[in-house]
Amino acid sequence: MSNATSIRASKSNSILADLMSSKGQAVLLMLPPAFLLFTLFVALPLFDAAYYSLFKWNGYGTPTDFVWLGNFRQVLDHGIFWQSVRNTLIVLAVSLFIQLPLALGLALMVYEKTPANTLFRLVFFLPYILAEIASGLIWSFVFDGNAGVASALFKSLGMDPVFILADRHWAFLAITLVVVWKYFGFHMMIFVAALQSVPKELLEAARLEGAKRWEVVRFVQVPLIWAAIGVSAFFAVVGSLQLFDVVIPLTNGGPSNSTHTIVTYLYTFGLTRTRIGFGSAVGVLLFIAAVGVSIFYQRQTNKRSK
Amino acid sequence: MISARLIPQLARLAILLIVVTFVLGPLTVAVFGGFKTNGELLANPFGIPSHWNTEFYSALLNDPSFWKYLGNSLIISLSTVVLTLIVAAAAAYVFAQIRFFGSKMLMSYLLAGLVFPFATAILPLFIKVRDFGLLDSYWAVILPQTAFGLSLSILLFKTFFEQLPKELFEAAYVEGCGYIRFFWRFTLPLSTPILATVGVFAFVQSWNNFLLPLVVINSRELFTWPLGMMQFRGEFLVEWNRVLAFITLSILPAVVFFVAAQKYIVAGLTGGAVKG
Repeated sequence: MSNATSIRASKSNSILADLMSSKGQAVLLMLPPAFLLFTLFVALPLFDAAYYSLFKWNGYGTPTDFVWLGNFRQVLDHGIFWQSVRNTLIVLAVSLFIQLPLALGLALMVYEKTPANTLFRLVFFLPYILAEIASGLIWSFVFDGNAGVASALFKSLGMDPVFILADRHWAFLAITLVVVWKYFGFHMMIFVAALQSVPKELLEAARLEGAKRWEVVRFVQVPLIWAAIGVSAFFAVVGSLQLFDVVIPLTNGGPSNSTHTIVTYLYTFGLTRTRIGFGSAVGVLLFIAAVGVSIFYQRQTNKRSK
Repeated sequence: MISARLIPQLARLAILLIVVTFVLGPLTVAVFGGFKTNGELLANPFGIPSHWNTEFYSALLNDPSFWKYLGNSLIISLSTVVLTLIVAAAAAYVFAQIRFFGSKMLMSYLLAGLVFPFATAILPLFIKVRDFGLLDSYWAVILPQTAFGLSLSILLFKTFFEQLPKELFEAAYVEGCGYIRFFWRFTLPLSTPILATVGVFAFVQSWNNFLLPLVVINSRELFTWPLGMMQFRGEFLVEWNRVLAFITLSILPAVVFFVAAQKYIVAGLTGGAVKG
């Protein structure tokens, strides 16, 4: 131990006693509010969800009708639940394989610090800040078969208007388009920040070696921002799992329940029908999925950093 | 040689402009739509209005319930911001500054909220809020919202506090300054950038929140603007021009706020992302 640190250590030891009071006060005063809020409104409801999911219960009185895994069986036997899982997986795939490459491509175009690029970044990021519910409503006008932009487009092509959001085949694709519109700017911003932190000398060196533009991207920039791509993919997956607000104004799960996501399914079949046990079971499944994704992500990042 | 460099440049610009149109197109359609009569909206949904009718916008601006919705959202959002800043900064300060038995465990407990979706526990949360007798009140939104934002806020604060110079605390401590006083006198005043970032984030999240108010608020008196907007949409099902005017007026504050605070939003985003 060096001299300076040993002096500091002995000094902090000698004043340990009166430090205790100030330290103890701080811990006892400053931690409980966060602890209490988090426990009451985040942790306990989560445990409650696991508990309620074992009962058939409409939310009044106390749950007594113990059905063991009956709710889970009901959920897993419900065709619409699997449809909602499929839809969630579609959003997930579109987010990962269309949105992220798009965001990366755009980030590569606008990451350098020029006034024009700043403006482009601002515009691309704008949808992220708008309320999902408002975005969904605007797009439901765009897609409207009577009055919307889509109808005008079809008419100008001499076709009959298609009610995109009322069409089983098109409605969910329309939703994924809105999701891309809403969130690609967020992912672009993550990539821009990462690209800006790549040392310029590395790019110069690669160019002097005769690397072409796309080779610089492929072999220098993308490998160096791989961590950011991982973060962005993680957000994309978790975000897809909890998609709700955008869907409500667009289709509200219709037509004939074909466009539910897991959360709109939970809301429609659990909450609006006050089937607390059933809805909690869906919540528990969602929780397991989210934890699974997180563990997978942790594993991947650990593997990379080794 | 010039053309060889010019073509990729033009292609780049073309792509960027296409994306700009994709992003701004729906928004301009909404802004213009609020100025059109329904007849014109049918005939000309995305062009510039032939006549700028301001009656739909002014009808909303003179509608007390519109202001009520915005007011409710503002009260809830500001309370959430204040509560989040105080509670999260205090907790993060303890984690950053003080080592005590179990601090690591408590920390990972509070950060566990980063992992799972809000919707997971929405039903039990509804029951909890009801059992506390908070249903249909501002607190029903403020408290759970703050609680769910804590994990990220504590993480951002803690990272920032740990970067403050340690010598400062040692010097103050020798002068007889306690932990709590140090927090008020030095840590908070030195932390304005992170306070702004967390505050802006909490505000935007609260302002845009839909699911939670939808579940815990029933009376129109307490509707936040997203609830009011869906209500309005239900009432004026075929009058898209009024709905578009409503959307435009209610997202306008968000756009202005975004342009003013974008520095902090981006900082929080990348700060959280790097750590996340």
